[in-house]
Amino acid sequence: MNTTVFAPWEDPQAKPLIQFQNVTKRFGGFTAIDNLSLDIFEKEFFALLGPSGCGKTTMMRMLAGFEKPSDGHIMLGGQDIDPIPPNKRAVNMMFQSYALFPHLSIWENIAFGLRRDNMPKRDLEDRVEEMLRLTRLEQFARRKPHQISGGQRQRVALARSLAKAPKLLLLDEPLGALDKKLRQDTQFELMDIQEKTGTTFVIVTHDQEEAMTVASRVAVMDQGKLMQVATPDRIYENPNSVYVADFIGDVNIIEGRATANGDETYQVDWAEGQSPLTATSSTGFTNGQSCHLAIRPEKVTISADRPADAINAVQGKVHDIAYLGNLSTYHVELANGTIIKAQSANTRRISRRSFTWEDPVWLSWTATAAVLLAN
Amino acid sequence: MGRPGLAVMDGHGCGFAGELMRRALLIAIPYVWLLALFLVPFFIVLKISLSDVELAIPPYTPTLDLSQGWAGITDFFSQLDFENFVWLTEDDLYWKAYLSSVKIALISTVLTLLVGYPIAYGMARAPTEWRPTLMMLVILPFWTSFLIRVYAWMGILSNEGYLNQILLWLGIISTPLTILNTNTAVYIGIVYTYLPFMILPIYSSLERMDESLIEAAEDLGCSRLKAFWLVTIPLSRPGIIAGCFLVMIPVIGEFVIPSLLGGSGTLMIGKVLWEEFFSNRDWPVASAVAVVLLLILVIPIVLFQRNQQKQTEAGQ
Repeated sequence: MNTTVFAPWEDPQAKPLIQFQNVTKRFGGFTAIDNLSLDIFEKEFFALLGPSGCGKTTMMRMLAGFEKPSDGHIMLGGQDIDPIPPNKRAVNMMFQSYALFPHLSIWENIAFGLRRDNMPKRDLEDRVEEMLRLTRLEQFARRKPHQISGGQRQRVALARSLAKAPKLLLLDEPLGALDKKLRQDTQFELMDIQEKTGTTFVIVTHDQEEAMTVASRVAVMDQGKLMQVATPDRIYENPNSVYVADFIGDVNIIEGRATANGDETYQVDWAEGQSPLTATSSTGFTNGQSCHLAIRPEKVTISADRPADAINAVQGKVHDIAYLGNLSTYHVELANGTIIKAQSANTRRISRRSFTWEDPVWLSWTATAAVLLAN
Repeated sequence: MGRPGLAVMDGHGCGFAGELMRRALLIAIPYVWLLALFLVPFFIVLKISLSDVELAIPPYTPTLDLSQGWAGITDFFSQLDFENFVWLTEDDLYWKAYLSSVKIALISTVLTLLVGYPIAYGMARAPTEWRPTLMMLVILPFWTSFLIRVYAWMGILSNEGYLNQILLWLGIISTPLTILNTNTAVYIGIVYTYLPFMILPIYSSLERMDESLIEAAEDLGCSRLKAFWLVTIPLSRPGIIAGCFLVMIPVIGEFVIPSLLGGSGTLMIGKVLWEEFFSNRDWPVASAVAVVLLLILVIPIVLFQRNQQKQTEAGQ
């Protein structure tokens, strides 16, 4: 197997499709986007992830042309697009509310953008049919938007925004209105369609699972700033800050002081009467520098006896158990009151579970399992 | 096993009959209302329109004399005829008045729409906290008597009125314009009076509209103007239709505005009706005029109701 990994962001020669150059956006006294720079490459499926009010929707609306940057520039294919109105941009948007025209049929909704370009009748019909096929909506073409289901409406919105074959497609919380099961199916559908059409997708979402599933790269935002931009696995495994580690998935954060202990290895003193923890880190820490140790619950092993070879092991008793069906999360209380979460797969039936409330247990993890963060 | 099933069926049937009774009662109330306030007066007017004029009290004949029993009733019906309706077709005053009323109603509806739509649009696009105030301003004129407001317009539009004074003072005109007692004054009066009936339904349809639809249209390649034409106008169509009917239907029969602001040349059926009743004291002909007017109005009213029905169906 010789497949080249799609990673233009690692290629210094690659030209980004979109460039945010020191973009700031203010609404009155409120700064929604704060001096932000970002490159997005062609054919990427890029996710802007963050809590509501973090500025992700403002980023998208600036790309669509509904808002103009207060400072800085946005480039699309090397061209400054700030002065270009939304109707002249090779960018289409799928709205959170879908914004389907209620007075037009599904067919006419999809044809709407093509008609504005005065496309010849034959080509237009072909293109609409193609979009209907792509989104599996052929039998609904004559219906009005209020006569179809939420999932179908979502596909119409997608078909309509893809019909003009934009260079860039913006998706504003595209799956927010769908229930969980349908959302998961639709995520894979979106990825399929993105791959088939080769369009660059930028998706805005507050759902970290959705961002991780669909995106080639994820940008985690907070208060108008980018916290981290990386592939989903790097965001999860190597968060660069406590904020990112905490925002993506479940995590244990242990505060302490770092002391160098060999090459790229540090000892963390974290509580009175507890033996120091060991973690590796490629970023340097000075002796005595305060730090945070982030450990994912699934990387913590729970056992009845102290594992002989474990480099990090702490003792506690089971405080709470969250049963999730396939997994169980154990909340273990240490002697000093700290709660550490450990997750394990339920490979056995629940009646044969090894631990129950108030059981004394040992938690252990390897030196590479935890991430050492400065802030 | 069959018996309990039957019992359940019986119980159900009983409840069903009770439900029907309740429904019938509920429906009966508006029907009684309609009967008392619309159908009964209509039949009285219809009866008068089939009678003959007479110098008496009441000023028409025959009157129903129930003391003579059956003979009285047959006598009464034998004296009714369509003479007055035939008369309406013979004197061209009437059909000219009907035609002129419809024309004035159509023109003033279009004028009201042209003035009202931008106002409704502005209101729907105004910041949310302003909207109740703007709505209040539209409704405010209803708090003073309609008659007083029309008289006020006489003060504004007359030769020595405020409008002419201001225009003379500004030097735009050198001799006063004659506006009062012309059709122009009638149009001004109608547009002014009926404007809220146009604004409110259009406003309510525009206000419900999702702002992102306009953005979606722009995103797909529409200019602002094109988006307005292709999205805003079609989506406010139910409001436009409702507003037009709400203005046109009463304007056809309008009496006060043409008689106060209009001149001798302003021919409207409401005025003719008034003159037949009170100047000529010819109640039968006046009633015939009223019956025909009602028939003319039924057509737009039915169209209006069909539109409303379609709208509620679309909303479901």
